[in-house]
Amino acid sequence: MKHLLSIADLDRGELEDLLHLAGEFAEVLERPIPKVPTLRGKTVATVFFEASTRTRLSFERAAKALSADVMTFAPGTSSVTKGESLKDTALTIRATGADLLVVRHEAVGAAARVASWLDCPVINAGDGAHQHPTQALLDSLTIRQRFGKLDGLRIAIVGDVRNSRVARSDIDAFTLLGANVTLIAPPTLLPSDLEGFPVSVSHSLDEVIADLDVVYLLRIQMERGSGPGLPSLPEYVSRYGIDRGRLDRMAPDAVLMHPGPINRGVEIAANVADDPRALILAQVRNGVAVRMAVLFRLLGTS
Amino acid sequence: MKYQLVIRNGMVLTPDGGQAADVAIDGNAIVAVGGSCDGAEEIDAEGAWVGPGLVDLHAHLREPGQEWKEDIRTGSEAAAAGGYTAVVAMPNTQPAVDSGHIARLILERSHQVGLCEVVPAGSITMGREGALLSHLDELWEAGVRVFTDDGDSVHDAGLLRVAMEYLADRGAVVAQHAEDRALGAGGHMHEGSLSSRLGMKGIPAEAEEVVVARDLALTRLTGCRYHVQHVSSALSIGLVGTAKAAGLPVTAEVTPHHLAFDDSAVGSLDPAFKMYPPLRSSTDRGELRAALSSGLIDAVATDHAPHSAFETEVPFEEAPRGVIGLETSAAAVLTYCHLDQAGFFDRLSVAPARIGQIARQGRLLAPGEPANLTVIAPAEEWTVDGFRSKAENSPFRSLTLTGRVRATVFEGRLVHALVS
Repeated sequence: MKHLLSIADLDRGELEDLLHLAGEFAEVLERPIPKVPTLRGKTVATVFFEASTRTRLSFERAAKALSADVMTFAPGTSSVTKGESLKDTALTIRATGADLLVVRHEAVGAAARVASWLDCPVINAGDGAHQHPTQALLDSLTIRQRFGKLDGLRIAIVGDVRNSRVARSDIDAFTLLGANVTLIAPPTLLPSDLEGFPVSVSHSLDEVIADLDVVYLLRIQMERGSGPGLPSLPEYVSRYGIDRGRLDRMAPDAVLMHPGPINRGVEIAANVADDPRALILAQVRNGVAVRMAVLFRLLGTS
Repeated sequence: MKYQLVIRNGMVLTPDGGQAADVAIDGNAIVAVGGSCDGAEEIDAEGAWVGPGLVDLHAHLREPGQEWKEDIRTGSEAAAAGGYTAVVAMPNTQPAVDSGHIARLILERSHQVGLCEVVPAGSITMGREGALLSHLDELWEAGVRVFTDDGDSVHDAGLLRVAMEYLADRGAVVAQHAEDRALGAGGHMHEGSLSSRLGMKGIPAEAEEVVVARDLALTRLTGCRYHVQHVSSALSIGLVGTAKAAGLPVTAEVTPHHLAFDDSAVGSLDPAFKMYPPLRSSTDRGELRAALSSGLIDAVATDHAPHSAFETEVPFEEAPRGVIGLETSAAAVLTYCHLDQAGFFDRLSVAPARIGQIARQGRLLAPGEPANLTVIAPAEEWTVDGFRSKAENSPFRSLTLTGRVRATVFEGRLVHALVS
């Protein structure tokens, strides 16, 4: 593995290896001193052209737990505001001494483009509505911790699939690991052409909710274009939001997941987000472990 | 007596069809087609086609205003290398070609460079802003025959109707970049399974089709000549066919890249495959090839759209639209389509010269005709590498194509010759 740009670049063995390694790092994170010297002397640069709380913090925590140094790039305070190109920015960060770049960008394929210009590993931390592979890893790890495996699980991904890089990554990872994935959304929030997605589709959450092991809620992303696909937000909430009633109709051992940040009262009712069956904070915790695994695989062998 | 220039042993496209012959040129005219001629300068055309110089109805030469991408000199050099002796320059310059003096500036620069005939197209609206009509009479008097806001559609049907009514009697042609801005908004590639997988906003084929359908109704209303630029979808071709069958004065062009590729090429996320209209489905591509062969699509046009390397070293969605094409067009058509010599020169020279009303171009070779011609080896393979254009944003880069331009003669002068 030279870069991590898309789940589609991984085979099942590589994906399971990363999850196994992440499981071990999760134990490291439970120790009194949650730090190992594995990547001492290496420098990880986080290069985020889009806003992020958990992904960026999680990558920085993961790098530090492996004893790597971290450089942080923020476009608002950088030469990008002076018109520097993505290529020149990437080359500059590399020349400053970064051994690996973690890239988030609003354009599809941005991280892959950066990888083509550099002679060091690049991790895609989100490119437009395309891919967010470490999110899929942490989601897979979270489900595996709860159910032991993904084989045969019935997982529904609910909401704005069309504009979601989380959905595209999760669909690839969950199906690669043997789960059956159903997309649940109004037609205008599904990809316009579903050929190439190994999924089934439903427009009604209520028809299938009792049969699911995992209900994965996507964020309604007004900033990424969910709005024009919806007649109104209240209409969406009434059909696709998880409130106490729908939570009660879920199977007893089924779980709720969400990539965050959550819109309380939209995808998920305010009081449901804190229910023990919601694994939202477990997802965040696992984010650090899977990112340690990816950093280790890309930087740790030499 | 020796002629100034003789092209020897080619298969020459004359008004009576292709014949093995020498072509002799003196001054700016063809003086003999036939038996052996001696020339002060000679080109060996053994195994090659000799036909009228190619005519491009659609190129962006970027002058005035964006000379870092291309200018009339480098654009003309690229044209000559591609076998072109005439190029219709699109009016999306800065300033736009919305007034007579800007059209005359381009003609003057073209004469100074002297490598091919650069004919300015005029914009339909001032500044291509879609609000007020350009100085249409001024442009006409300066020699403009093709009017288009290329890069954008004229979205306002009422305004387009007025332009078509105003221009109809003169015989001008209104050419449309057909793209409904609401249906195509924010899109970067063909809407289909790949755009869905990539999470990239698509431009459905319907964005083109609804504009073509509307414009054909306006053609019937106004009687103005109407030309569909860079047609990309099967349904658009069907609409054009229906309009032609009804006797409307309609023509259409297709680009070499839409003939060569389909939207699967965008999977590489290389901006050299980003253009508007986008590469469409393989079904659409098949229909485009068939319609070019049958003549339902009248002409090949390059949509040569140079951009500097620094502008394309960005993610696909942030890259500017368009790719270069002048130097690879003939080869791409010969590689990806089945056309005989007469069909090839009809679609790439005779028809575009007729549509663009360029008098000295697109004429089959005979004594007394202007010496604008090109020599093309239809079976020669070559690998695309290096360009005369300032730009390198070509989807054909590094590909091996069949069919190579060996020489170009413009007004009697050898403006391009491959050293073999």
